[in-house]
Amino acid sequence: MTNPDVLVIGGGLHGLSAALHLARGGAQVTVLEGEFVGRHASGASAAGVRTLGRNPLEMPLSVIAMEMWHRIADLVADDCGFHAHGQLRVVASDAQLEAETQRISRLTAQGYANETVIGQDQLRQLVPGLNHKFIGAAYAADDGAADPHRTLVAFRAAAQRAGVTILEGAPVRSLQHSRDGWTVETKAGRFAAPRVVNAAGAWGSRIAAMAGETIPLSAKASMMMVTERLTQTIRPVVSIVGRSLSFKQSSQGTLVLGGGIQGRYDLDSGRTALDFHALARGAAAAAELMPSVAGTRITRCWSGIEGKTQDLLPVICPGKTEGLFHIFGFSGHGFQLVPAAGAAMAKMVTTGIVPETLQPFTSDRLTLQGAAA
Amino acid sequence: MTSQHDILIVGAGPAGMAAAVQMAELGLAPLVVDEQALPGGQIWRASEAARSDSLRAALGPDYAEGQARIARFRASGVAYLPGTRLWHLEPGFQVFMSKEGAAFSRKYRAVLLATGAQERPVAIPGWTLPGVMTVGAAQILLKTSAQIPDAPVWIAGSGPLPLLYMRQLLALGGRIAGYLDTTPRGQAGRVLPHALAALRGRSDLLKGLKWMRALQAEGFPWLRGVRDLRALGQERVESIAYTTADGVTHQKPASLVLLHEGVVPSIHATLAMNCDHDWSDAQGCFVPRTDEFGMTSVEGLYLAGDGAGIAGALAAEARGRIAALGIAQRLGVGSPDPALRSARRALDQRTAARPVIDALYPPPEAEIPDETVLCRCEELTAGDIRAAAKLHRGGPNQIKAYTRCGMGPCQGRQCGYGVNRILSEEYGQSRGETGFFRIRPPLKPVTLGELAALEEGREAP
Repeated sequence: MTNPDVLVIGGGLHGLSAALHLARGGAQVTVLEGEFVGRHASGASAAGVRTLGRNPLEMPLSVIAMEMWHRIADLVADDCGFHAHGQLRVVASDAQLEAETQRISRLTAQGYANETVIGQDQLRQLVPGLNHKFIGAAYAADDGAADPHRTLVAFRAAAQRAGVTILEGAPVRSLQHSRDGWTVETKAGRFAAPRVVNAAGAWGSRIAAMAGETIPLSAKASMMMVTERLTQTIRPVVSIVGRSLSFKQSSQGTLVLGGGIQGRYDLDSGRTALDFHALARGAAAAAELMPSVAGTRITRCWSGIEGKTQDLLPVICPGKTEGLFHIFGFSGHGFQLVPAAGAAMAKMVTTGIVPETLQPFTSDRLTLQGAAA
Repeated sequence: MTSQHDILIVGAGPAGMAAAVQMAELGLAPLVVDEQALPGGQIWRASEAARSDSLRAALGPDYAEGQARIARFRASGVAYLPGTRLWHLEPGFQVFMSKEGAAFSRKYRAVLLATGAQERPVAIPGWTLPGVMTVGAAQILLKTSAQIPDAPVWIAGSGPLPLLYMRQLLALGGRIAGYLDTTPRGQAGRVLPHALAALRGRSDLLKGLKWMRALQAEGFPWLRGVRDLRALGQERVESIAYTTADGVTHQKPASLVLLHEGVVPSIHATLAMNCDHDWSDAQGCFVPRTDEFGMTSVEGLYLAGDGAGIAGALAAEARGRIAALGIAQRLGVGSPDPALRSARRALDQRTAARPVIDALYPPPEAEIPDETVLCRCEELTAGDIRAAAKLHRGGPNQIKAYTRCGMGPCQGRQCGYGVNRILSEEYGQSRGETGFFRIRPPLKPVTLGELAALEEGREAP
């Protein structure tokens, strides 16, 4: 067997997307996944496709990603269950409405037209049954949500069709660099390639450490709740300003509730534990948002482990040793960026040049922040 | 001494009640919670409610015994919360429950799960049609409201429960269209090796034989070695099709079809707690691994009753007492040896016939046809699961992620073993190795309003 051109460490959505784009560009790619594809953050994602409220530094990449989401079937031959029913951030006071209005005018001044402010009438039309205390919202009409599992299946299948080899159950034990390139030791054997992409999510800094790099990274385990199926009445994804809640109805009719309420995690075992007192606050927020759902039964709760950086921006940059590239630490809002980040990463790996869209995401900023803190 | 309610007993069936009575005798004060409105579990369900002598007679002597057991449980003075659902359990043990529309959470030093068994789902083509239900569900209707189906009933499956139900139904004036016995023929050879061991349990076996003879004297069609069952109909079941031992396929009109292929331990709570489980070939199910006191691989978490392996109500009582004594010892309340010896003797006697019963009624092995709905919640067929297995070659959790199978309100209680079996066949690996779904809380559905009440800091009732 000949060595691949690129080894991608991590079979989450970002690893798969990078692998897909690299393979489309003619590279031989092998993905090394420690457990199984989508086991952690990707499989536990709320799958929000959101520009709403995004950090302006992410916007150039996010705008490209949004264009790609609107024709995602061109990329992976499946619509990934994506529907652009919009995303809303509702407010309960004039002061909050004013703050959102100012934020959006700053955004507009920077040239982004993705968000607008809407009043109560339009809000009621978009979300029937919404508690009357909410008087307006920030609204991104082209945003939406996808189906995380369907997205995983689509990216995996597309990568494989493009010639990517995906090895599951192959956790990485060590990285070695020599004149001949990289050697990656895994539980399932040894692999070699001139280039390595570290897409290991919450474990990204551990992989970096194997290559002698220190990249500050912590983790989070955002919890999700899903309910029994209800008649489809809510199209947009709804969140509340100042509260940890995101609220949507999936195309199956279930309510999917998330929004960053945190569970507990253990990086060594990869296991998470739920905090039901925190989930209770989410349930209370959901019932406040839409009083009619109080009697709806929760059928499942879960969380997944995701890498989190100090400034909540990802690390997407070349490593300190030749042929190594990092892409991790999306801090719980990486789903939307998947198609564009993979494309940009492929360009960076192939040309060695950091595209403009990725320049804010260097690992050096974290090292500097860490030193300053 | 332990403080008030350091011990939680989940389930007020034979095992939970016996454990509670035993603990009370030792001076312990457990709290017993149970989902039902009345104690008794499945076997003695609604036994305490006022009811006619004729119904009591029809349900048989084993059912009648429940009254005395329940009276003893009531007299023990043990704290008891009916209508209470346990929906999450954390190590340590923080326990989350709901009663009357509000959730509450409390800490216990030891937890005894006496949550019993569930019927093994019988996935045949058409099993989701209205008019097809399980024998166990039909028996609940008999016990709680003496409901007798108007039309003659088809009963299909295997095991002791259909025999008992048919006796009860006939005694109450119900009619049986036929019994389609799916037990594979030629079980005698499998039984012989266990016969000697079973001598001490012969009263249980003789009881079964007596039932069978009495039923056969009733003269309804009793077909053996039946396979390829199908329930057919548009809006509801209209007929049942089956193939008899001679290879001939029949189709008969049917308005009510009752299915049963044995019972399996309820393992969702022990799976969620990451307890070790072993695959039982004899019973075709996973069984939590327990020590001689019924303690699981998680310290302080105990099991008693059919949840620790199917053995029936009398064995469940013995296991309940043993677990109670184990917990007492663990909490430093000396365990009196004579009580333990007597409980162990009772358990030996009550499980002696079990290998014979298991061998007489082996778990079903016939292939599940592709068109059979496997996951009722997400409406996925056996064919969908086979296709996903061929495409992804993953374990139950991956297949769940890819297909949504097992993500519905039943939490995989209906499809878990079907998925396990299909994957084991597809990959040529053992059922134990194939494993089960990872269980996500809540163990039982809890409403958003109930959960929100937990935040308001409601104290345990």
